[in-house]
Amino acid sequence: MVRLSQLPEASRTSLLNLECPVFDGRPWVEGPSVAQRRVAIISTAGLHRRGDRLFSVGTGSVPGEYRIIPRDTDANDLVMSHISTNYDRSGFQKDWNVVFPLDRLNELAQQGVIGSVADFHYSFMGATDPQLMETAARNLASLLREDNVTAALLVPV
Amino acid sequence: MPFELGRPLGVPNDAAFQNRVITAALDLFEAPSGPRLIDHTEDAPPVEGPAALVCPVSFSQPVSDESNVAQLSAKFKEEIALMRPWYDRSTEERKRTTVGVSGMEPEAIGSFVVQFLDDDIPSTQEDNNFGALFKLAVEDLKAFYYESATARPGQMDADSETLSQWYWRETVAGKVLVAVHRTHRDSEDETLRRVVNRNLVPRAHASLLS
Repeated sequence: MVRLSQLPEASRTSLLNLECPVFDGRPWVEGPSVAQRRVAIISTAGLHRRGDRLFSVGTGSVPGEYRIIPRDTDANDLVMSHISTNYDRSGFQKDWNVVFPLDRLNELAQQGVIGSVADFHYSFMGATDPQLMETAARNLASLLREDNVTAALLVPV
Repeated sequence: MPFELGRPLGVPNDAAFQNRVITAALDLFEAPSGPRLIDHTEDAPPVEGPAALVCPVSFSQPVSDESNVAQLSAKFKEEIALMRPWYDRSTEERKRTTVGVSGMEPEAIGSFVVQFLDDDIPSTQEDNNFGALFKLAVEDLKAFYYESATARPGQMDADSETLSQWYWRETVAGKVLVAVHRTHRDSEDETLRRVVNRNLVPRAHASLLS
């Protein structure tokens, strides 16, 4: 997350006026060490493979929809169709790992820093009210559990 | 993470930096109690790229009247055609492109986008979702320009601010998109109106719309 001082005033004001969510508790669970964890990437960059169904936009948009990105996806097959025009995409154009660090995770798994890399990763369309995404998030959590994922690397854009 | 929006891992093409970001996040799993919210203190290093871009295209007769749709359209298509060799060089060098979400080639994107310079909504879209397709085409167009510009020698390391200034302030494409905003900001089509008012010109360049 960029420092507010580095944002254009309109963007800074927009973020400062966002209502912060209130949580009923402070959930915390323990798990295996990082070296034993199976890691999946969860992005909000509106990423998808070229042949995937596009994210819905405008009046027909569906909050919380996500796309599945298999582990063997090629860098040239991953594109971004996020609705926002207010963030940089040139970094992603130069190196997909700056948004979707799959190469880095594969290297960390080979080095034994993490246990393994999940077979499937996921991308949501950000710029959506998080409360409207709860159903999808719970659904995805179940899928991750079935894939024996024990660490989700949340990568906002 | 104190990085600019769009670069959550901080620095492209710097595996060591990206690994430090990832391992800092994964280290949170080793905390004895939580949840934890920890600031990452390592900033992305400043980019030592060009302060300004040399446009791959230099018109002998620049756009003199931005309200002249025919002239603007012609210069726009010419700009795309002259940019194309640099885009081809980019895809050849990088073995990758991020253009393609609209399903159209750059030349087709140009033809599609200029239709929005007219008051009438393009009639060729049978699914009535032209606002959404317009948004995808616009993002493809910007990616095409960025990838083309950074294919030039000495411009590969241009930072995002330099690229953005160039695209929105110096290219015909930027002028076309601002003109589309003027034409459709009060569109009766809700998706198109929303796209041109909220998702077309970045807030950093909102002064172009006044």
